[in-house]
Amino acid sequence: MVIDAISNGIVLDHIRAGRSMELYHILNLDKLQCSVAVLKNVTSRKMGRKDIIKIDEIIDLNFDVLGYVDPGITVSIVRNGKLDRKFNVELPERVTNVIRCKNPRCITSTEQELPQIFKLTDREKRVYRCIYCESRAKGGD
Amino acid sequence: MESLIDIRDLSTQDIEKLLATALDIIAHPEAYAQKCCGKKLATLFFEPSTRTRLSFEAAMYELGGHVIGFSEAQSSSASKGESVADTVKVVGCYADIIAMRHPKEGAPLVAAMNSAVPVINAGDGGHNHPTQTLADLLTIWREKGRLDNLVIGLCGDLKFGRTVHSLIAAMSRYAGVKFVLISPEELRLPGYIRKDVMEKNGIAYEETTDLVAAMPHLDVLYMTRVQKERFFNEADYVRLKDSYVLTPEKLKDAREDMCILHPLPRVNEISVAVDKDPRAAYFRQVLNGKYMRMALIMKLLGVN
Repeated sequence: MVIDAISNGIVLDHIRAGRSMELYHILNLDKLQCSVAVLKNVTSRKMGRKDIIKIDEIIDLNFDVLGYVDPGITVSIVRNGKLDRKFNVELPERVTNVIRCKNPRCITSTEQELPQIFKLTDREKRVYRCIYCESRAKGGD
Repeated sequence: MESLIDIRDLSTQDIEKLLATALDIIAHPEAYAQKCCGKKLATLFFEPSTRTRLSFEAAMYELGGHVIGFSEAQSSSASKGESVADTVKVVGCYADIIAMRHPKEGAPLVAAMNSAVPVINAGDGGHNHPTQTLADLLTIWREKGRLDNLVIGLCGDLKFGRTVHSLIAAMSRYAGVKFVLISPEELRLPGYIRKDVMEKNGIAYEETTDLVAAMPHLDVLYMTRVQKERFFNEADYVRLKDSYVLTPEKLKDAREDMCILHPLPRVNEISVAVDKDPRAAYFRQVLNGKYMRMALIMKLLGVN
């Protein structure tokens, strides 16, 4: 299967197989006017199988969201057909409006306009907790 | 704007200063009678808690200040659907400091994030109640003369008891503190506190279901209530409830200088006969709560 190379855009590589559609929706890629290619179950020497997303435009991406959903992702930014920047995303210290608190006793359950903020409390185990009630949400898993 | 939402917001030095201020208030109450003259405390109690509210009000009056507020959500704009953020923005125009009790966890944090004046968490659901912990710390200090090198028995509902969780967080910073966790299997301390707070920080603890066996080793016994609604079936509750009721007989092997604390209200988990025992410190603990709230109000208002 052949997908054209992009000349100006972003490639999200090494997405864990099966998670690309979740990212597609969280990053609101369905709202873009440009071409977006979602490749699922691509053979990978490193990962066995992986997903890739190619975006045919350089847009502002929320890298915290990427890091939360899958900290193994590699981001490549391509300008004028050349690789401009390549980096790995990191587990963010806090994420806003990515996860919803499920604790019915949390203030966010009744005041729904409050930002849903979770902070990283254990990097090793990827534990995130709601800043309001400290209920646990697990990073990406 | 400095607020107190969680006991972990305070450094060890902050706690030491609050203890020192409270002890000075006890020694020289007259020197503090005008400290907050012209200042107003707003007590925003979205759920009833008569004793905590009275403690805050008494604290502010004894500092020469004034108190405004409400004692249940029905008499506030919350009943009309006003958000916590809007409520504190409005109240901040009238008062210099806010004490908030709210049934929802995290509500005082939302208040602090939106307030122009300091906010004190006076209890948010089953989550935090830092001024209770301050009362506990002053009580331990006054009864034992130290906060380090103590064996602290925590007895009863260790799973849902917020006062127990906060006390562990506060006492874990002192050297040589060991906890004895005394509870039925169903109400053990949550795993994340044992692992993330105690084991991670090298805090010594042991778990037991036997209050009487643990008794001779304790410097402090912190009692909490075992509530019927925490059990899946009544048979387990009936089987266990008396094991965690403190009576003079169970105190037979306790140290003479041990002290007994309880966040109150008590229902039946401490027999009334224990009240006469000089080791029963729970009513002194109530008074200590007022002194620590006085010290805290002064700190947050920047009054020396």
